[in-house]
Amino acid sequence: MTALLEVRDLSVHHGQLQALHEVSLAVPAGAVHAMIGANGAGKSTLLRTIAGLHRPTSGSILLDGTGVTALRPEQRVAAGVVMVPEGRRLFPSLTVEENLVVGTTSARQGPWTIQSVYDLFDWMRDRRGQHAAQLSGGEQQAVALGRALVANPRVLLLDELSLGLAPVVVRRIYALLPRLLESGVTVLVVEQDVSQALAVASRLHCLLEGRIVLAGQPAELTPAQIEIAYFGQTARGRNGNGRSGINGESGPPVSAAIQPADGTGQQEAPGGGA
Amino acid sequence: MSWVDAVIQGILIGGLYALFACGLSLMFGVMNVVNLAHGDLAVVAAYVALGVIAVTHVPAVWAFLIVVPIFAALGYVLQRTLLQAALNRGVRTTLLVTFGLSVVIENGLLQFLSANSHSINIGSLVSDSFSIGSQITIAYLNLAILVAAVIVLLGLQYFLSSTQNGRLIRAVADDPEAAQISGVSYRHVFGIAAAIAFGTVALAGIAFGMFSQFDPSIGSDQLLLFAFEAVVIGGLGSLWGTLGGGILLGIAQEIGANFRPADQVLAGQLLFLLILAVRPHGLAGRREAT
Amino acid sequence: MSGRPGIEATAPTRPEGGAAAVRVTRSRRSTLWAGIAAIVVVIVLCYLPYLVYTGTTNQLIQFFMLLTMATMWNLLAGYAGLVSVGQQAFIGLGAYVVLILADHGANAYLAIPAATIGCAAIGLPIWWLVSRLRRGYFAITMWVVASVCELIIIQISALGGGTGAALQGLNLSPTLLNAYTYWASLAVAVIVIATVYFLLRSPVGLVLTAIRDDEAGARSVGARVARTQRLVFLVAAAGCGAAGALYIISSQFVVPTAAFSVQWSAEMIFITIIGGIGTIEGPILGTIVFYVLQQSIAQYGTWYFIVLGLMAMVIAIFAPHGLWGLISDRLGIRLFPVGYYLWPAGTGPRHRPVPVRRG
Repeated sequence: MTALLEVRDLSVHHGQLQALHEVSLAVPAGAVHAMIGANGAGKSTLLRTIAGLHRPTSGSILLDGTGVTALRPEQRVAAGVVMVPEGRRLFPSLTVEENLVVGTTSARQGPWTIQSVYDLFDWMRDRRGQHAAQLSGGEQQAVALGRALVANPRVLLLDELSLGLAPVVVRRIYALLPRLLESGVTVLVVEQDVSQALAVASRLHCLLEGRIVLAGQPAELTPAQIEIAYFGQTARGRNGNGRSGINGESGPPVSAAIQPADGTGQQEAPGGGA
Repeated sequence: MSWVDAVIQGILIGGLYALFACGLSLMFGVMNVVNLAHGDLAVVAAYVALGVIAVTHVPAVWAFLIVVPIFAALGYVLQRTLLQAALNRGVRTTLLVTFGLSVVIENGLLQFLSANSHSINIGSLVSDSFSIGSQITIAYLNLAILVAAVIVLLGLQYFLSSTQNGRLIRAVADDPEAAQISGVSYRHVFGIAAAIAFGTVALAGIAFGMFSQFDPSIGSDQLLLFAFEAVVIGGLGSLWGTLGGGILLGIAQEIGANFRPADQVLAGQLLFLLILAVRPHGLAGRREAT
Repeated sequence: MSGRPGIEATAPTRPEGGAAAVRVTRSRRSTLWAGIAAIVVVIVLCYLPYLVYTGTTNQLIQFFMLLTMATMWNLLAGYAGLVSVGQQAFIGLGAYVVLILADHGANAYLAIPAATIGCAAIGLPIWWLVSRLRRGYFAITMWVVASVCELIIIQISALGGGTGAALQGLNLSPTLLNAYTYWASLAVAVIVIATVYFLLRSPVGLVLTAIRDDEAGARSVGARVARTQRLVFLVAAAGCGAAGALYIISSQFVVPTAAFSVQWSAEMIFITIIGGIGTIEGPILGTIVFYVLQQSIAQYGTWYFIVLGLMAMVIAIFAPHGLWGLISDRLGIRLFPVGYYLWPAGTGPRHRPVPVRRG
């Protein structure tokens, strides 16, 4: 299956610091892939480079087989790669509707219009004249998502949707993903919240210090594998008394064992595993 | 000269200062460029108008229709080439490049024209006036310039709030990167903002040329500083603040002139320093503007 | 590797090698030669009045004045991030301090230190006014400040008002006047450059280099940016005051429009950009280029400012570290040892150090 979005051997530098080392991944059409990793691992850098905000030192980015590495960000939007940036980044002095209108500047043809975004978020139509700065975090996230959708993306890049939002709000937004997929959007999401990432993604990539160190389907990855990939060392090596941070090395599939962010899951097993 | 008269004359000249100021303010607000060549560009526009009138013999008022669009186009081109290249290097480089431009323009004018003062001849209009009461004389030209300034500011306000390009300018001014990933070519939008800035400064320069004498060095000696002072007094981010700033500057200058003619410019500058000391974001500006 | 299909895992790796294999020094062999050469040059310069005609020493007086101003502007803009288009305020003020002291019977040469300190003192309230301004605002506000100084002095008839005043008290023969002024300007230039050198070698210099490279970054690691900027602002005010003192001594006359002219800023700025902003060598090279250009473009005034302005604009965009930056990057040399050299393992004086990639 040829990938819709493909990244090949991408290396990115911030000045003298190398943020990404020859990263490669492929996202097929209609899939949801998630990128996890600790702070500074390079997740946002990867997304921003795909969106066109950083120029890679080497490597390439392909959309449906065509190289887009030379395109400016606004040209990539026209090609169908749209990002919802970390921290929402709405235009504070513009109204909700004006924010959405700006999103239509390089829009492609497709099912998403400003009206259909209002249908997706029922509260937005009445508040469309309000200034973006007056909305709550969750409402801003919705508008930011809407602003990206009205461009009718083929690939939607979601950068840390959960940042600064209450877990229940985050879940509500992620619950919309199926509707996006139905409309033909492919999604690559960067998430701090590992359990959320596991819940929505068909494939997970874990970044550590600019390299992909783990990739696979959530059902097949163990908690220990993820922990090692995420932190770069074993639980035993980290706190010395054998207790693991998650539920043991060879426990049940990770999707059941990882604590949801709002703490409603199981408690840590005392004593630790193998 | 009575105080009331000083205030009224100040209001009248304030419109012209606001016209000078709005271009500077726009370029700073949208692309963070302080155009140190701003005053010199106004002077060039005045000279070009003089030349156009000399060659085509059109009535002086038509000079606006010819020169302003040329300058707007020039602004777009200059922004997308020179100024964008400087912006890519950083804020300091834009300051240095616009300063260099200012020096080159001024010395170019001195080299190819002369240091002599000129004025755009509009016949008797320059001194025709009417009186209110026994102490207040209002020159038709000054009033016309004030009216023109208000109309231009209203037009600009409408443009920014209600047109697609205006919306894009506001978006890019808020967050150029977010604009890019929303599909906006921020360089193009910068160009439009520069076009407007250059157009308004040309308008202001030609009006100034009708109203007063001009020479190659008045651009950086006076006009740039007046424009900047009006922006600071009024505050960044509000067009009506800019008008208010221009008017207050004009009033301060007229009151200063009331004391001694030599104190005119100084009075305005002292008001500027005072505002900078006690309320740096200006009278109508947002707190984080400076 | 887990062996299960569909999963790829690689062991996370860390870079190898230790820091012990690398050396960091402040200078290299070429620095020693440069230092010796500098001392020789200064000694020769001291003897110059005995060796050449006053025409040459006159030129050099102007040269040292401009070098002083450019070095100060470079310190302000290249290291502390403060682009000022108003340093002429301190040039004019320095000149007028000397005028006032000379009118009261002081020796004009002895008034130079007074002008220096006086301008630093006046700089303090000015800094208070401008310290929180953003870059663009700071630049023009300094211009306004200079204009205000000019307008106020024009009002003071005791200082000659708008028509200017002659400097009193220097009743010496022309050759002696020329020689003393020459030595005074040489001294000022050497002291100013030495001050900048030692400042940059000091802990303050570390902060300045951090600001030069990344102001926001410097702030974020807690460097005392504001305090350092104030120090630099006052030093630059003092240095320009000294230059202003030299100006009135060399021209024997001062008039406000010339003393406070923005042309001083134009010269300082163009010299520094062309020579190389952000290094000590830059302004020196820039002043030399400036003089060479001045000799070859026979008509002064307008053409040479046009050429200089265009050169500066082009260099600012295409070669932002100036001519010295081009030379230094290519040859890997620095004459003043204010930075660091990184020597990879196993290298010595015959090798080239690791080039530092500038952001």
